[in-house]
Amino acid sequence: MYSLDIQNVSHAFDDNQVLKNIELKIHQGEIFGLLGPTGAGKTTLLKILTGQLRQQNGSAYVFDKDTKSLDLEDYEKFGMVLENVGIYERLSCYDNLLLFTKIYGIDKKNVDYVLKRVGLLEAKKTIGMNLSKGMRQRLALARAIIHHPKILFLDEPTSGLDPATVQEIHKLLCDLKDEGITIFMTTHNMVEATKLCHHVGLLHLGEIVEYGEPKEVCQRYDHQKNIHIQLNDMTNVTLSNSAESADTISEYIRSGKLQAIHSSEPTLETVFIELTGRRFE
Amino acid sequence: MQLRKVKAIFWKQLKDTFKNKAILIQFVMFPVLAVIMESTTNIEGLQDNYFVMLFATMYIGMAPLTGMATVIAEEKEKHTLRMLIMSNVRSYEYLIGVGTYVVLACLVGSTVMGITAGYMGGKLVLFTGIMMIGVLLSTLLGAVIGVWSKNQMVATSIVVPVMICFSFLPMIAMFNEAIEKVSKFTYSQQVNYLLHNISDMSLTSENVLVIISNFIIITILFVYAYRRSRFA
Repeated sequence: MYSLDIQNVSHAFDDNQVLKNIELKIHQGEIFGLLGPTGAGKTTLLKILTGQLRQQNGSAYVFDKDTKSLDLEDYEKFGMVLENVGIYERLSCYDNLLLFTKIYGIDKKNVDYVLKRVGLLEAKKTIGMNLSKGMRQRLALARAIIHHPKILFLDEPTSGLDPATVQEIHKLLCDLKDEGITIFMTTHNMVEATKLCHHVGLLHLGEIVEYGEPKEVCQRYDHQKNIHIQLNDMTNVTLSNSAESADTISEYIRSGKLQAIHSSEPTLETVFIELTGRRFE
Repeated sequence: MQLRKVKAIFWKQLKDTFKNKAILIQFVMFPVLAVIMESTTNIEGLQDNYFVMLFATMYIGMAPLTGMATVIAEEKEKHTLRMLIMSNVRSYEYLIGVGTYVVLACLVGSTVMGITAGYMGGKLVLFTGIMMIGVLLSTLLGAVIGVWSKNQMVATSIVVPVMICFSFLPMIAMFNEAIEKVSKFTYSQQVNYLLHNISDMSLTSENVLVIISNFIIITILFVYAYRRSRFA
Protein backbone atom coordinates (compact mmCIF):
# COMPACT_ATOMS: atom_id res chain seq x y z
CA MET A 1 0.00 0.00 0.00
CA TYR A 2 1.21 3.47 -0.88
CA SER A 3 0.90 6.38 1.52
CA LEU A 4 0.54 8.67 -1.46
CA ASP A 5 -0.52 7.73 -4.95
CA ILE A 6 -0.63 10.57 -7.45
CA GLN A 7 -2.01 9.66 -10.85
CA ASN A 8 -1.79 12.00 -13.81
CA VAL A 9 -2.56 15.13 -11.78
CA SER A 10 -2.82 18.40 -13.71
CA HIS A 11 -3.89 21.81 -12.55
CA ALA A 12 -4.04 25.30 -14.04
CA PHE A 13 -4.80 28.73 -12.63
CA ASP A 14 -6.58 30.47 -15.52
CA ASP A 15 -4.19 30.07 -18.47
CA ASN A 16 -1.22 29.21 -16.29
CA GLN A 17 -0.67 25.42 -16.33
CA VAL A 18 0.92 24.87 -12.91
CA LEU A 19 1.00 21.05 -12.83
CA LYS A 20 1.18 18.70 -15.82
CA ASN A 21 0.43 14.98 -15.54
CA ILE A 22 2.18 14.39 -12.23
CA GLU A 23 2.69 10.69 -11.43
CA LEU A 24 4.20 9.73 -8.07
CA LYS A 25 3.95 6.84 -5.65
CA ILE A 26 5.29 7.20 -2.12
CA HIS A 27 5.67 4.27 0.27
CA GLN A 28 4.81 4.18 3.95
CA GLY A 29 7.71 5.35 6.13
CA GLU A 30 9.75 7.05 3.43
CA ILE A 31 10.87 10.64 3.12
CA PHE A 32 10.01 12.04 -0.28
CA GLY A 33 11.40 15.36 -1.45
CA LEU A 34 9.68 17.40 -4.10
CA LEU A 35 12.37 19.67 -5.45
CA GLY A 36 11.98 22.67 -7.61
CA PRO A 37 12.62 26.38 -7.80
CA THR A 38 10.12 29.00 -6.66
CA GLY A 39 7.02 28.84 -8.82
CA ALA A 40 7.59 25.27 -10.00
CA GLY A 41 4.24 24.10 -8.57
CA LYS A 42 5.42 22.47 -5.32
CA THR A 43 2.99 24.23 -3.02
CA THR A 44 0.11 23.66 -5.47
CA LEU A 45 0.75 19.90 -5.37
CA LEU A 46 0.97 20.03 -1.57
CA LYS A 47 -2.37 21.82 -1.43
CA ILE A 48 -3.94 19.18 -3.68
CA LEU A 49 -2.60 16.37 -1.51
CA THR A 50 -3.94 17.97 1.66
CA GLY A 51 -7.35 18.62 0.12
CA GLN A 52 -7.00 22.40 0.16
CA LEU A 53 -7.25 22.53 -3.62
CA ARG A 54 -9.04 20.30 -6.10
CA GLN A 55 -7.02 19.32 -9.13
CA GLN A 56 -8.63 19.73 -12.53
CA ASN A 57 -7.43 16.40 -13.90
CA GLY A 58 -6.15 13.13 -12.51
CA SER A 59 -6.44 11.57 -9.07
CA ALA A 60 -4.50 11.75 -5.85
CA TYR A 61 -4.88 9.31 -2.99
CA VAL A 62 -3.62 9.54 0.58
CA PHE A 63 -3.82 6.10 2.23
CA ASP A 64 -6.17 5.04 -0.57
CA LYS A 65 -8.51 7.95 0.09
CA ASP A 66 -9.20 10.33 -2.78
CA THR A 67 -7.99 13.78 -1.76
CA LYS A 68 -11.11 15.27 -3.35
CA SER A 69 -13.24 13.52 -0.76
CA LEU A 70 -11.13 13.86 2.39
CA ASP A 71 -13.19 14.03 5.58
CA LEU A 72 -12.17 16.17 8.50
CA GLU A 73 -11.46 12.89 10.34
CA ASP A 74 -8.80 12.10 7.70
CA TYR A 75 -6.89 15.20 8.80
CA GLU A 76 -6.21 13.52 12.13
CA LYS A 77 -3.78 11.25 10.23
CA PHE A 78 -2.00 14.30 8.85
CA GLY A 79 0.60 16.56 10.35
CA MET A 80 1.30 19.74 8.45
CA VAL A 81 3.84 22.51 8.47
CA LEU A 82 2.71 24.94 5.82
CA GLU A 83 4.36 28.01 4.37
CA ASN A 84 2.62 30.23 6.94
CA VAL A 85 3.14 28.39 10.18
CA GLY A 86 -0.04 29.76 11.81
CA ILE A 87 0.78 29.94 15.49
CA TYR A 88 -1.07 31.97 18.11
CA GLU A 89 1.08 35.04 18.70
CA ARG A 90 -0.24 35.86 22.17
CA LEU A 91 -0.16 32.30 23.51
CA SER A 92 2.94 30.61 24.90
CA CYS A 93 4.57 27.66 23.16
CA TYR A 94 3.00 25.44 25.80
CA ASP A 95 -0.49 26.87 25.33
CA ASN A 96 -0.20 26.72 21.55
CA LEU A 97 0.31 22.99 21.84
CA LEU A 98 -2.06 22.47 24.76
CA LEU A 99 -4.87 23.76 22.53
CA PHE A 100 -4.21 20.98 20.03
CA THR A 101 -4.07 18.28 22.72
CA LYS A 102 -7.53 19.47 23.76
CA ILE A 103 -8.73 19.38 20.16
CA TYR A 104 -7.33 15.90 19.49
CA GLY A 105 -8.39 14.67 22.91
CA ILE A 106 -4.91 13.47 23.86
CA ASP A 107 -2.98 13.60 27.12
CA LYS A 108 -1.46 17.00 27.87
CA LYS A 109 1.76 15.25 28.91
CA ASN A 110 2.45 15.07 25.18
CA VAL A 111 3.11 18.82 25.19
CA ASP A 112 6.29 18.62 27.22
CA TYR A 113 7.37 15.52 25.31
CA VAL A 114 7.14 17.14 21.87
CA LEU A 115 8.57 20.45 23.13
CA LYS A 116 11.59 18.47 24.29
CA ARG A 117 11.83 16.67 20.95
CA VAL A 118 11.94 19.92 19.01
CA GLY A 119 14.24 21.60 21.53
CA LEU A 120 11.76 24.15 22.82
CA LEU A 121 11.21 22.88 26.35
CA GLU A 122 13.15 25.75 27.87
CA ALA A 123 11.11 28.25 25.85
CA LYS A 124 7.76 26.71 26.77
CA LYS A 125 6.54 29.91 28.43
CA THR A 126 7.68 32.20 25.60
CA ILE A 127 4.77 33.68 23.69
CA GLY A 128 4.49 33.24 19.93
CA MET A 129 5.31 36.82 18.98
CA ASN A 130 8.65 36.60 20.83
CA LEU A 131 9.87 33.49 19.01
CA SER A 132 12.57 33.58 16.36
CA LYS A 133 11.83 32.20 12.90
CA GLY A 134 13.59 28.94 13.72
CA MET A 135 11.68 28.55 16.98
CA ARG A 136 8.36 29.23 15.21
CA GLN A 137 9.21 26.57 12.66
CA ARG A 138 10.06 24.11 15.42
CA LEU A 139 6.83 24.94 17.25
CA ALA A 140 4.89 24.32 14.04
CA LEU A 141 6.67 20.99 13.69
CA ALA A 142 5.84 20.14 17.30
CA ARG A 143 2.17 20.88 16.61
CA ALA A 144 2.30 18.74 13.48
CA ILE A 145 3.56 15.66 15.36
CA ILE A 146 1.79 16.03 18.70
CA HIS A 147 -1.04 13.66 17.70
CA HIS A 148 1.26 10.99 16.16
CA PRO A 149 0.20 11.45 12.53
CA LYS A 150 0.75 8.79 9.85
CA ILE A 151 1.97 11.30 7.31
CA LEU A 152 3.71 14.66 7.53
CA PHE A 153 3.39 17.34 4.86
CA LEU A 154 6.18 19.88 5.13
CA ASP A 155 6.39 22.95 2.93
CA GLU A 156 9.98 24.23 2.89
CA PRO A 157 10.54 23.18 6.53
CA THR A 158 14.03 24.60 6.83
CA SER A 159 13.82 27.59 4.53
CA GLY A 160 15.65 30.60 5.95
CA LEU A 161 16.84 28.84 9.11
CA ASP A 162 20.35 28.82 10.56
CA PRO A 163 22.51 25.70 10.01
CA ALA A 164 22.28 24.54 13.64
CA THR A 165 18.47 24.62 13.59
CA VAL A 166 18.45 22.90 10.21
CA GLN A 167 20.59 20.11 11.65
CA GLU A 168 18.22 19.66 14.57
CA ILE A 169 15.18 19.54 12.28
CA HIS A 170 16.91 17.02 10.01
CA LYS A 171 17.64 14.77 12.97
CA LEU A 172 14.04 15.00 14.11
CA LEU A 173 12.74 14.16 10.62
CA CYS A 174 15.01 11.10 10.48
CA ASP A 175 13.73 9.98 13.89
CA LEU A 176 10.13 10.42 12.72
CA LYS A 177 10.86 8.41 9.59
CA ASP A 178 12.30 5.64 11.79
CA GLU A 179 9.00 5.63 13.68
CA GLY A 180 7.24 4.80 10.40
CA ILE A 181 5.87 8.24 9.57
CA THR A 182 5.75 9.06 5.87
CA ILE A 183 7.18 12.50 5.13
CA PHE A 184 6.33 14.48 2.03
CA MET A 185 8.42 17.62 1.90
CA THR A 186 8.92 20.36 -0.62
CA THR A 187 12.28 22.05 -0.70
CA HIS A 188 14.65 23.86 -2.95
CA ASN A 189 17.59 22.83 -0.80
CA MET A 190 19.41 20.14 -2.79
CA VAL A 191 21.81 19.21 0.00
CA GLU A 192 18.90 18.66 2.35
CA ALA A 193 17.12 16.48 -0.19
CA THR A 194 20.23 14.38 -0.86
CA LYS A 195 20.82 13.90 2.84
CA LEU A 196 17.27 13.13 3.96
CA CYS A 197 15.15 11.75 1.15
CA HIS A 198 14.70 8.17 0.00
CA HIS A 199 13.28 9.44 -3.26
CA VAL A 200 13.15 12.84 -4.90
CA GLY A 201 11.13 14.27 -7.73
CA LEU A 202 12.53 17.24 -9.65
CA LEU A 203 9.69 19.56 -10.59
CA HIS A 204 10.16 22.04 -13.40
CA LEU A 205 7.39 24.16 -14.90
CA GLY A 206 4.79 21.81 -13.46
CA GLU A 207 6.37 18.58 -14.73
CA ILE A 208 8.37 15.91 -12.91
CA VAL A 209 11.51 15.95 -15.01
CA GLU A 210 13.40 13.37 -12.95
CA TYR A 211 12.53 10.90 -10.21
CA GLY A 212 14.45 8.38 -8.12
CA GLU A 213 16.83 7.94 -5.22
CA PRO A 214 19.10 11.00 -4.93
CA LYS A 215 22.31 8.99 -5.55
CA GLU A 216 20.76 7.07 -8.40
CA VAL A 217 19.55 10.29 -10.04
CA CYS A 218 23.02 11.81 -9.73
CA GLN A 219 24.73 8.72 -11.14
CA ARG A 220 22.39 8.76 -14.12
CA TYR A 221 23.88 12.11 -15.07
CA ASP A 222 27.49 11.26 -14.27
CA HIS A 223 28.73 11.58 -17.85
CA GLN A 224 32.34 12.49 -17.18
CA LYS A 225 33.14 9.89 -14.51
CA ASN A 226 36.29 11.75 -13.46
CA ILE A 227 38.42 11.52 -10.32
CA HIS A 228 39.94 14.67 -8.91
CA ILE A 229 43.20 14.34 -7.05
CA GLN A 230 44.78 16.96 -4.87
CA LEU A 231 48.51 16.66 -4.25
CA ASN A 232 50.50 17.85 -1.25
CA ASP A 233 51.85 20.79 -3.25
CA MET A 234 48.18 21.84 -3.82
CA THR A 235 48.29 20.80 -7.47
CA ASN A 236 44.95 19.47 -8.79
CA VAL A 237 44.97 16.52 -11.17
CA THR A 238 41.92 15.17 -13.00
CA LEU A 239 41.95 11.52 -14.09
CA SER A 240 39.33 9.43 -15.83
CA ASN A 241 37.59 6.89 -13.62
CA SER A 242 39.06 3.89 -15.46
CA ALA A 243 41.64 1.12 -15.03
CA GLU A 244 44.32 3.20 -16.76
CA SER A 245 44.30 5.69 -13.90
CA ALA A 246 45.06 3.03 -11.27
CA ASP A 247 48.84 3.08 -11.82
CA THR A 248 49.02 6.87 -11.59
CA ILE A 249 47.01 6.93 -8.37
CA SER A 250 49.15 4.11 -6.90
CA GLU A 251 52.27 6.07 -7.74
CA TYR A 252 50.95 9.19 -5.98
CA ILE A 253 50.20 7.09 -2.89
CA ARG A 254 53.58 5.33 -2.94
CA SER A 255 55.47 8.58 -3.30
CA GLY A 256 53.48 10.21 -0.50
CA LYS A 257 52.32 13.06 -2.74
CA LEU A 258 48.62 12.36 -2.35
CA GLN A 259 46.60 14.84 -0.29
CA ALA A 260 42.99 13.91 -1.25
CA ILE A 261 40.89 12.05 -3.79
CA HIS A 262 37.46 13.31 -4.83
CA SER A 263 34.96 11.75 -7.18
CA SER A 264 33.10 14.09 -9.50
CA GLU A 265 29.52 12.81 -9.35
CA PRO A 266 27.04 15.50 -10.18
CA THR A 267 24.86 16.93 -7.43
CA LEU A 268 21.08 17.19 -7.68
CA GLU A 269 21.58 20.84 -8.48
CA THR A 270 23.85 20.12 -11.46
CA VAL A 271 21.35 17.49 -12.63
CA PHE A 272 18.58 20.05 -12.43
CA ILE A 273 20.62 22.59 -14.34
CA GLU A 274 21.41 20.02 -17.00
CA LEU A 275 17.75 19.09 -17.33
CA THR A 276 16.24 22.54 -17.31
CA GLY A 277 18.99 24.96 -18.10
CA ARG A 278 18.20 27.02 -15.03
CA ARG A 279 19.47 27.30 -11.49
CA PHE A 280 17.47 27.01 -8.30
CA GLU A 281 16.46 30.28 -6.69
CA MET B 1 -20.56 18.18 17.18
CA GLN B 2 -17.75 17.39 19.62
CA LEU B 3 -18.08 19.42 22.80
CA ARG B 4 -14.38 18.81 23.51
CA LYS B 5 -13.41 20.93 20.51
CA VAL B 6 -15.87 23.71 21.33
CA LYS B 7 -14.42 23.82 24.85
CA ALA B 8 -10.88 23.90 23.42
CA ILE B 9 -11.74 26.89 21.21
CA PHE B 10 -13.45 28.62 24.14
CA TRP B 11 -10.39 28.03 26.33
CA LYS B 12 -8.08 29.35 23.61
CA GLN B 13 -10.20 32.47 23.24
CA LEU B 14 -10.28 33.07 26.97
CA LYS B 15 -6.49 32.79 27.23
CA ASP B 16 -5.94 34.90 24.14
CA THR B 17 -8.27 37.76 25.05
CA PHE B 18 -6.57 38.46 28.37
CA LYS B 19 -3.48 39.32 26.34
CA ASN B 20 -5.40 41.12 23.58
CA LYS B 21 -6.11 44.59 24.92
CA ALA B 22 -7.92 45.72 21.77
CA ILE B 23 -10.63 43.10 22.26
CA LEU B 24 -10.62 43.22 26.05
CA ILE B 25 -11.33 46.94 26.08
CA GLN B 26 -14.43 46.41 23.92
CA PHE B 27 -15.95 44.17 26.57
CA VAL B 28 -14.98 46.32 29.53
CA MET B 29 -15.30 49.92 28.28
CA PHE B 30 -19.08 50.47 28.32
CA PRO B 31 -19.86 48.69 31.60
CA VAL B 32 -17.08 50.71 33.26
CA LEU B 33 -18.35 53.94 31.68
CA ALA B 34 -21.88 53.14 32.87
CA VAL B 35 -20.64 52.58 36.44
CA ILE B 36 -18.59 55.79 36.43
CA MET B 37 -21.29 58.00 34.88
CA GLU B 38 -24.12 56.64 37.04
CA SER B 39 -22.13 57.02 40.23
CA THR B 40 -20.63 60.43 39.53
CA THR B 41 -23.26 62.33 37.52
CA ASN B 42 -26.34 63.83 39.08
CA ILE B 43 -28.20 66.00 36.59
CA GLU B 44 -31.66 67.14 37.55
CA GLY B 45 -34.46 66.00 35.27
CA LEU B 46 -32.39 63.23 33.71
CA GLN B 47 -34.37 60.00 33.43
CA ASP B 48 -33.50 57.11 35.72
CA ASN B 49 -30.56 54.99 34.62
CA TYR B 50 -30.05 57.26 31.63
CA PHE B 51 -26.40 56.34 31.18
CA VAL B 52 -26.98 52.62 31.65
CA MET B 53 -29.63 52.65 28.92
CA LEU B 54 -27.43 54.76 26.66
CA PHE B 55 -24.32 52.63 27.06
CA ALA B 56 -26.25 49.34 27.08
CA THR B 57 -27.48 49.93 23.52
CA MET B 58 -24.03 51.01 22.40
CA TYR B 59 -22.54 47.96 24.11
CA ILE B 60 -24.89 45.67 22.17
CA GLY B 61 -24.00 47.31 18.87
CA MET B 62 -20.25 47.36 19.44
CA ALA B 63 -18.68 44.75 21.72
CA PRO B 64 -20.04 41.47 20.29
CA LEU B 65 -19.90 42.75 16.72
CA THR B 66 -16.28 43.89 16.90
CA GLY B 67 -15.18 40.99 19.09
CA MET B 68 -16.55 38.27 16.84
CA ALA B 69 -15.52 39.87 13.54
CA THR B 70 -12.00 40.72 14.69
CA VAL B 71 -11.29 37.30 16.19
CA ILE B 72 -12.36 35.42 13.04
CA ALA B 73 -10.61 37.86 10.68
CA GLU B 74 -7.38 37.68 12.68
CA GLU B 75 -7.43 33.88 12.65
CA LYS B 76 -7.87 33.95 8.88
CA GLU B 77 -5.10 36.50 8.41
CA LYS B 78 -2.64 34.63 10.63
CA HIS B 79 -3.59 31.23 9.12
CA THR B 80 -4.43 29.78 12.54
CA LEU B 81 -8.02 29.13 11.46
CA ARG B 82 -6.77 26.94 8.61
CA MET B 83 -4.68 24.95 11.08
CA LEU B 84 -7.72 24.45 13.32
CA ILE B 85 -9.90 23.32 10.42
CA MET B 86 -7.13 20.95 9.31
CA SER B 87 -7.03 19.54 12.81
CA ASN B 88 -10.58 18.30 12.35
CA VAL B 89 -12.29 21.27 14.00
CA ARG B 90 -15.56 21.84 12.16
CA SER B 91 -16.44 25.40 11.27
CA TYR B 92 -19.58 25.36 13.42
CA GLU B 93 -17.57 24.02 16.40
CA TYR B 94 -15.20 26.93 15.96
CA LEU B 95 -17.98 29.50 15.61
CA ILE B 96 -19.84 28.14 18.63
CA GLY B 97 -16.61 28.18 20.69
CA VAL B 98 -15.75 31.78 19.84
CA GLY B 99 -19.42 32.86 19.90
CA THR B 100 -19.97 31.36 23.36
CA TYR B 101 -16.95 33.24 24.62
CA VAL B 102 -18.18 36.56 23.17
CA VAL B 103 -21.72 36.07 24.51
CA LEU B 104 -20.51 35.10 28.00
CA ALA B 105 -18.11 38.07 28.13
CA CYS B 106 -21.03 40.33 27.19
CA LEU B 107 -23.25 38.62 29.77
CA VAL B 108 -20.77 39.64 32.46
CA GLY B 109 -20.74 43.23 31.13
CA SER B 110 -24.54 43.29 30.92
CA THR B 111 -24.87 42.01 34.48
CA VAL B 112 -22.56 44.77 35.71
CA MET B 113 -24.73 47.31 33.88
CA GLY B 114 -27.90 45.79 35.34
CA ILE B 115 -26.53 45.96 38.88
CA THR B 116 -25.41 49.55 38.20
CA ALA B 117 -29.01 50.34 37.27
CA GLY B 118 -30.09 48.96 40.62
CA TYR B 119 -31.81 45.86 39.27
CA MET B 120 -31.83 42.75 41.42
CA GLY B 121 -33.37 39.29 41.22
CA GLY B 122 -36.00 38.90 38.49
CA LYS B 123 -35.46 42.43 37.14
CA LEU B 124 -31.76 41.77 36.73
CA VAL B 125 -32.48 38.50 34.91
CA LEU B 126 -34.95 40.33 32.67
CA PHE B 127 -32.44 43.10 31.95
CA THR B 128 -29.65 40.69 31.04
CA GLY B 129 -32.12 38.56 29.09
CA ILE B 130 -33.10 41.53 26.92
CA MET B 131 -29.45 42.46 26.53
CA MET B 132 -28.67 38.90 25.43
CA ILE B 133 -31.19 39.15 22.56
CA GLY B 134 -29.19 42.05 21.15
CA VAL B 135 -25.84 40.47 21.97
CA LEU B 136 -26.76 37.24 20.16
CA LEU B 137 -27.84 39.11 17.04
CA SER B 138 -24.69 41.26 17.09
CA THR B 139 -22.53 38.16 17.59
CA LEU B 140 -24.13 36.57 14.54
CA LEU B 141 -23.64 39.78 12.56
CA GLY B 142 -19.98 39.88 13.70
CA ALA B 143 -19.61 36.28 12.47
CA VAL B 144 -20.99 37.35 9.06
CA ILE B 145 -18.36 40.09 8.80
CA GLY B 146 -15.53 37.87 10.10
CA VAL B 147 -16.37 35.02 7.72
CA TRP B 148 -16.72 37.43 4.80
CA SER B 149 -13.44 39.28 5.44
CA LYS B 150 -10.06 37.95 4.33
CA ASN B 151 -8.13 39.89 6.95
CA GLN B 152 -8.47 42.30 9.86
CA MET B 153 -8.22 45.41 7.70
CA VAL B 154 -11.20 44.37 5.59
CA ALA B 155 -13.10 43.35 8.72
CA THR B 156 -12.49 46.74 10.36
CA SER B 157 -13.59 48.62 7.25
CA ILE B 158 -16.92 46.76 7.34
CA VAL B 159 -17.36 46.71 11.11
CA VAL B 160 -17.09 50.50 11.56
CA PRO B 161 -20.12 51.56 9.43
CA VAL B 162 -22.20 48.59 10.64
CA MET B 163 -21.28 49.37 14.24
CA ILE B 164 -22.22 53.03 13.79
CA CYS B 165 -25.54 51.97 12.34
CA PHE B 166 -26.47 49.60 15.16
CA SER B 167 -24.96 51.36 18.15
CA PHE B 168 -25.17 55.07 17.38
CA LEU B 169 -28.51 55.26 15.57
CA PRO B 170 -30.53 54.31 18.68
CA MET B 171 -28.55 56.87 20.66
CA ILE B 172 -29.12 59.69 18.16
CA ALA B 173 -32.75 58.60 17.84
CA MET B 174 -33.22 59.65 21.47
CA PHE B 175 -32.86 63.25 20.29
CA ASN B 176 -34.10 63.08 16.71
CA GLU B 177 -37.48 61.68 15.66
CA ALA B 178 -36.58 61.52 11.97
CA ILE B 179 -33.69 59.18 12.71
CA GLU B 180 -35.90 57.14 15.01
CA LYS B 181 -38.20 56.43 12.03
CA VAL B 182 -35.25 54.64 10.42
CA SER B 183 -33.58 53.20 13.49
CA LYS B 184 -36.75 51.48 14.70
CA PHE B 185 -36.13 48.90 11.98
CA THR B 186 -32.93 47.81 13.71
CA TYR B 187 -32.83 45.19 16.45
CA SER B 188 -30.66 47.42 18.62
CA GLN B 189 -33.35 50.13 18.63
CA GLN B 190 -35.99 47.56 19.56
CA VAL B 191 -33.78 46.25 22.38
CA ASN B 192 -33.39 49.86 23.49
CA TYR B 193 -37.21 50.21 23.63
CA LEU B 194 -37.46 46.98 25.64
CA LEU B 195 -34.83 48.20 28.09
CA HIS B 196 -36.67 51.50 28.55
CA ASN B 197 -39.95 49.68 29.17
CA ILE B 198 -38.44 47.14 31.55
CA SER B 199 -40.58 48.37 34.45
CA ASP B 200 -43.81 47.72 32.48
CA MET B 201 -42.49 44.46 31.09
CA SER B 202 -44.36 45.33 27.90
CA LEU B 203 -43.57 43.64 24.61
CA THR B 204 -45.13 44.97 21.42
CA SER B 205 -45.66 43.14 18.15
CA GLU B 206 -43.30 45.68 16.56
CA ASN B 207 -40.52 44.61 18.95
CA VAL B 208 -40.98 40.95 18.07
CA LEU B 209 -41.43 41.50 14.33
CA VAL B 210 -38.37 43.71 13.89
CA ILE B 211 -36.11 41.48 16.00
CA ILE B 212 -37.21 38.30 14.21
CA SER B 213 -36.91 39.87 10.75
CA ASN B 214 -33.43 41.20 11.66
CA PHE B 215 -32.49 37.70 12.81
CA ILE B 216 -33.71 36.16 9.54
CA ILE B 217 -31.82 38.72 7.42
CA ILE B 218 -28.59 38.25 9.38
CA THR B 219 -28.91 34.45 9.16
CA ILE B 220 -29.36 34.67 5.37
CA LEU B 221 -26.30 36.93 5.19
CA PHE B 222 -24.34 34.46 7.29
CA VAL B 223 -25.25 31.51 5.06
CA TYR B 224 -24.29 33.54 1.99
CA ALA B 225 -20.97 34.70 3.49
CA TYR B 226 -20.13 31.19 4.67
CA ARG B 227 -20.86 29.58 1.30
CA ARG B 228 -18.90 32.27 -0.49
CA SER B 229 -15.77 32.17 1.64
CA ARG B 230 -15.80 28.63 3.13
CA PHE B 231 -13.50 29.91 5.86
CA ALA B 232 -10.82 30.39 3.21
